[in-house]
Amino acid sequence: MGLARTHSVALIGLAGSIVEVEADISNQLPGMRVIGLPDAALAEAAERVRAAAKNSGTALNSHKLTVNLSPAALRKHGSGFDLAIALACLAADNIVQPGSVAAVVHIGELALDGRLRPTPGMLPAVIAAARCGYQTVMVPAGNAEEAGLVPGIRVVGVASLRDALIWHGAALQPVDVDVLHATVEEDRADESLDLLDVVGNDEAILALQVAAAGGHHVFMLGPPGAGKTMLAARLPGLLPDLGAAASLEVSSIRSLSGRPVGRSLVIRPPLEAPHHTITAAAMVGGGSGQIRPGAAVRASHGVLFLDEAPEFNAAVLDALRQPLESGQISIHRANAVAHFPARFQLVLAANPCPCGQYGVGDQECTCPPNARRRYLARLSGPLLDRIDIQLGVTRVTAAELRLAAAEGRLSSAVARARVLAARAAAADRLAGTPWTLNSEVQGSWLRGRSTRLDAPVTAMLDRALERGGITMRGYDRILRVAWSIADLTGVARPGPDEVGQALYLRKGLAS
Amino acid sequence: MARKDDVGRRGEDCAAEYLVRCGYTLIERNWRCSQGEIDLIVARGGDVVFVEVKTRSGTGYGHPFEAITVAKLARLRRLAGAWCEQSALSARRIRIDAIAVIARSGQEPLVEHLEGIF
Repeated sequence: MGLARTHSVALIGLAGSIVEVEADISNQLPGMRVIGLPDAALAEAAERVRAAAKNSGTALNSHKLTVNLSPAALRKHGSGFDLAIALACLAADNIVQPGSVAAVVHIGELALDGRLRPTPGMLPAVIAAARCGYQTVMVPAGNAEEAGLVPGIRVVGVASLRDALIWHGAALQPVDVDVLHATVEEDRADESLDLLDVVGNDEAILALQVAAAGGHHVFMLGPPGAGKTMLAARLPGLLPDLGAAASLEVSSIRSLSGRPVGRSLVIRPPLEAPHHTITAAAMVGGGSGQIRPGAAVRASHGVLFLDEAPEFNAAVLDALRQPLESGQISIHRANAVAHFPARFQLVLAANPCPCGQYGVGDQECTCPPNARRRYLARLSGPLLDRIDIQLGVTRVTAAELRLAAAEGRLSSAVARARVLAARAAAADRLAGTPWTLNSEVQGSWLRGRSTRLDAPVTAMLDRALERGGITMRGYDRILRVAWSIADLTGVARPGPDEVGQALYLRKGLAS
Repeated sequence: MARKDDVGRRGEDCAAEYLVRCGYTLIERNWRCSQGEIDLIVARGGDVVFVEVKTRSGTGYGHPFEAITVAKLARLRRLAGAWCEQSALSARRIRIDAIAVIARSGQEPLVEHLEGIF
């Protein structure tokens, strides 16, 4: 009686580890048992594999099959192990060559007719296989394009178990089948959102560009109808294309959340705008069995936009403090710890009070003062302290609307070019440091010998610090924004104008 | 006699012949007690073997072995105990085996033997 082994990949978060799938045929009553901590979907693999093998022209051995998933102590989830289990069982029966099966990593779910279904999380799984030094990975034909995005590994896409068996040397006749594809939902094209649509609000447009150039977080406060949502939705359009590593990471997260990846990597920064009823688990990720990424993780390398920020649960907002600080989310569960990247740009929008009319010229606010105070106090101090740009947005007036038609407005393409130039200037200056964006730079470096600004330039800031209007941390943040503004306007060092503007973008709310 | 009983009877004959050819001595056939029936009891070299015989005239309803369930196996073990109690023969070791007979009409019956099925 035979024994054979092959390999597959188990995912915890974005990190994959290789799982050895062993199959043994023993002289016992018929049956199939999958051991090695499978979850419910994986334990049912026995039935899928049995039916798929029978319908692929070669039934499983009628003796007892024991399938072991090693390391046995690691919990395994999902249906991606079906192909590996089927091939290990048939290799143990010498229907395919055990040596050929052992050298390949197999990932894919089987349909009962023997066809292979596309499996979520393919991209991170193939990346893990490539990292562990495997040369070849066999995946469902519906996932082959996605798996092919990973460099340095040969991808074999097969439509059915029969094709996989023939590839591994089984004596079977090929049969043409329809390839199963993932149900693709059309992506809404966010390229249609252009800065040209924004009327007035020049400060806000400048603030968006500064935010995009320096990677700063933004808080916008203004009455309903001021265009906060409209502005925030246009921020991803100002960001440059993702680099190679970032684009692989963003695509992996998409794949892991079960969204289609398509034939090329995602190169545009993502935008996530969760509703304010979101729970902490949905925001950072969670789940008791399989740990899934949340909205903050999906916004990694892009923009996380929280509209009506004070309406969010306070615990949800404060859960963002760890990723804002470290750029990473660690989710601890009884059986595993998953680490996800979460280096996003946070954009908060809020009304000034529950009724939304406070501070607006023409209408009167009906909120009692303590309701107004409580409303904005829901955004905790430590969270707001991490946000470099805080700005008031006002409603567009009739005069602005008439003026806007006359003067030339800024398009997203032009703004993106400016942002690109500003980022290049910043990267140039920061060469030799661990940082690439102004928002990442430490305060001590900003006040260091080579980058310290002259006393007349920072006079306004120093006075604000003396008066207690800003804290030392706030001081550093204003310096960072000032450098971003300088990069954007093309001056080598921030002057009094840039510092003044930065102070305004930080304290614009107070006015 | 129903046709299925006839098929089963012929299967047990085949299995008994097969075991005798393999050097086993037949001790009992269709031994019954209040708990049920053991198809064949055979012995070889001090081992007493209780054999469950499953016969099918084809594999359209699955392999004969697939019909041996966990409950059936548990009953076989109880029956084996019951036989040992009433028997004068002192068995050094006991074993439970299963034999599948696939008797397609017009073909030589196919016998498969599994030793020690738990």
